[in-house]
Amino acid sequence: MAVRTRRYSARDVTVLVIGLGVAVIVNVGLIWGPTLASVALSATDWNGFGPIEWIGGRNYADLAGEYPPFWSAVRNNVLWLVFLGLVATPFGLFCAVLLDRRLRGSRVYQSALYMPVVLSLAVVGFIAQLVYSHDYGVLNAVTGLSVDWLGDRSVNIWVVMVAAAWRHVGYVMIIYLAGLKAVDPALKEAAAIDGANERQTFFRVVFPTLRPVNVIVLVITVIEALRAFDIVYAINKGRNGLELLSVLVTENIVGEASRIGFGSAIAVILLVISLGFIVTYLSQLFREER
Amino acid sequence: MDQRPPISRRNLILGTAAAFGVPAVLAACGGSEQPSPGAAATGGLGTVTLGSNASDEVPKKSLATVVGNFTQAGVRINTVDHNTFQENINRYLRGTPDDVFTWFAGYRMQFFAEQGLATDISDVWQEIGGDYTQAFKDASTGTDGKQYFIPFTYYPWAVFYRKSVWEEKGYEPPRTLDELTALAKRMRGDDLVPIAFADKDGWPAMGTFDIINMRTNGYDFHISLMAGKESWTDPRVKQVFDTWRGLLEYHQPASLGRTWQEAAQSLAQKKSGMYLLGMFVAQQFPEEDLDDLDFFTFPEINPAHGTDSIDAPIDGYMVSAKAKNVDGAKALVKHLAQASSQNVATELDPGTLAASSKADTSGYSALQKRGAELVSQASHIAQFLDRDTRPDFASTVMIPSLQSFIDKPGEVDSLLASIEQQKANIFR
Repeated sequence: MAVRTRRYSARDVTVLVIGLGVAVIVNVGLIWGPTLASVALSATDWNGFGPIEWIGGRNYADLAGEYPPFWSAVRNNVLWLVFLGLVATPFGLFCAVLLDRRLRGSRVYQSALYMPVVLSLAVVGFIAQLVYSHDYGVLNAVTGLSVDWLGDRSVNIWVVMVAAAWRHVGYVMIIYLAGLKAVDPALKEAAAIDGANERQTFFRVVFPTLRPVNVIVLVITVIEALRAFDIVYAINKGRNGLELLSVLVTENIVGEASRIGFGSAIAVILLVISLGFIVTYLSQLFREER
Repeated sequence: MDQRPPISRRNLILGTAAAFGVPAVLAACGGSEQPSPGAAATGGLGTVTLGSNASDEVPKKSLATVVGNFTQAGVRINTVDHNTFQENINRYLRGTPDDVFTWFAGYRMQFFAEQGLATDISDVWQEIGGDYTQAFKDASTGTDGKQYFIPFTYYPWAVFYRKSVWEEKGYEPPRTLDELTALAKRMRGDDLVPIAFADKDGWPAMGTFDIINMRTNGYDFHISLMAGKESWTDPRVKQVFDTWRGLLEYHQPASLGRTWQEAAQSLAQKKSGMYLLGMFVAQQFPEEDLDDLDFFTFPEINPAHGTDSIDAPIDGYMVSAKAKNVDGAKALVKHLAQASSQNVATELDPGTLAASSKADTSGYSALQKRGAELVSQASHIAQFLDRDTRPDFASTVMIPSLQSFIDKPGEVDSLLASIEQQKANIFR
């Protein structure tokens, strides 16, 4: 190519090959390779060694038809996403707006809300057990109830999501707070002069200028919902009502079980769901740039 | 997921942290390496490496002491977090395993022996065979009739209670299911939770299933069911769940949110009357209360089988197929098979019993003596559900299924049909 066009010197080519080549190799080797390998493995029956048996779509049929934790996990992942997206994230925005108004002691509130963010979700899981335990938990002791918060399948996912949201709110709050600080005060003044009330100023003027921040927060929320794992794993290994797709993948592949093919099929489902969000997000992004 | 000694909350967090560092461990499974006291004075057989899952303080200390007494070769112990070791066992044995490694007797041992991942140690057994009962030898024997395992310690499962509470209320250990039910009823009248119960971690309920199945249908059916050879929709299996459902109303409620440690605490605090668990329940009792702890074997259900079987998981050692120092490894397992070695462990950990028949039981606590007596009377010893069947079946099918039974005891038929379908997908 360099010889034919004579536009690239040997040095240019070297730089190109190194610059692009490394990126391509890393991308293919670490992202596309494993992804495609998972998809391929999902059509096999394999225990991690020994012969790989090709079984086509049987893993998917088994998953959907005969593996009770699967649908429970899909439901929980969707709930998680909806809860974070519709409850925790708006609440984080609400806190950010309040804190942006320079209330007395806003630094204290800010620190208190942000504090959980420095904890890993696994640690939040341990804290949740101290709060929700049936026999020793703070919640039952204080309220005098005797609810099995963590063992009862109809409530445990909700209380765990509250614990996860406790951390998510602080995260979202700090990002919005930074965004709000960057909003030009002249915009708000202009809106006030034009006779807009507080609510109108926020929804019509401030919020639209936060658009880049909104996109970041949306992406973070989706990522948090899809990668949720550690908190339920810390609580009860993600069983009995706390199933999540990420946990099922781990349970089947990493553990002693070694159902690599079956676990890969679950991973592919998780991939498809993730791709749905990624494609939507990217197509939005590119449409705007045009 | 296996029944294991309790861990403090701090260790639990550390252990979880270790588990999340899994990728680092996957490759080598080589945790902390520490030379044992004997490593400096290398004996005539070079150095032997020992892969250990004894990450908790007491077992770790007892292993170090036992190995310290071994003089024929130097020993390097690689300790890995208990659960991490177990979950990575496949990769570990296929990669670069240590010469000797800790493992479990029965199906779990046979599973790896069959795949050629363990060294045949029948020659060691010729020398030590006389120290062990037939039940222990059977549990150490692969499907090809050769021995691959050295039993070290074990602990029986039974129904534990506090003597002081029972004497005060005048309870007697029940001998039949009807007597057990009647006793449970009486306890409820006395404001006690009759049967302490916890299944948040998924495995304790397996103990209840095992014992009711062995009492109802016998050891042979149980083992054959575990091996995937019987149908889960068989009326005999249904009978087990029906019996269990009858007892479930006397079990501690909200069990799916409780750990076994918390359930054991309720027994220790005299809030519940009895608790079916492994002898490691003793670890939740303060030193001064240990003498007050006693047990009886789960009562007879079907006269044809009486109380001839119990769960008594055996921990021990195997030599890996890729062992570099086979002579040293065999010498080491022979050392571990000695009664004197096992006595060191039973002295340090009152929740275990020595596997060797030659072990000195004079140093045993009252509870250990009773435990040894119970096991010697049993004609069949099962290893516990998750050790008697395929690991993938135990963890991905049985744990969720038993939890779902506890949650909705009424829906047995659909549950059993689902287990059978999933079993067919795994055992093929």
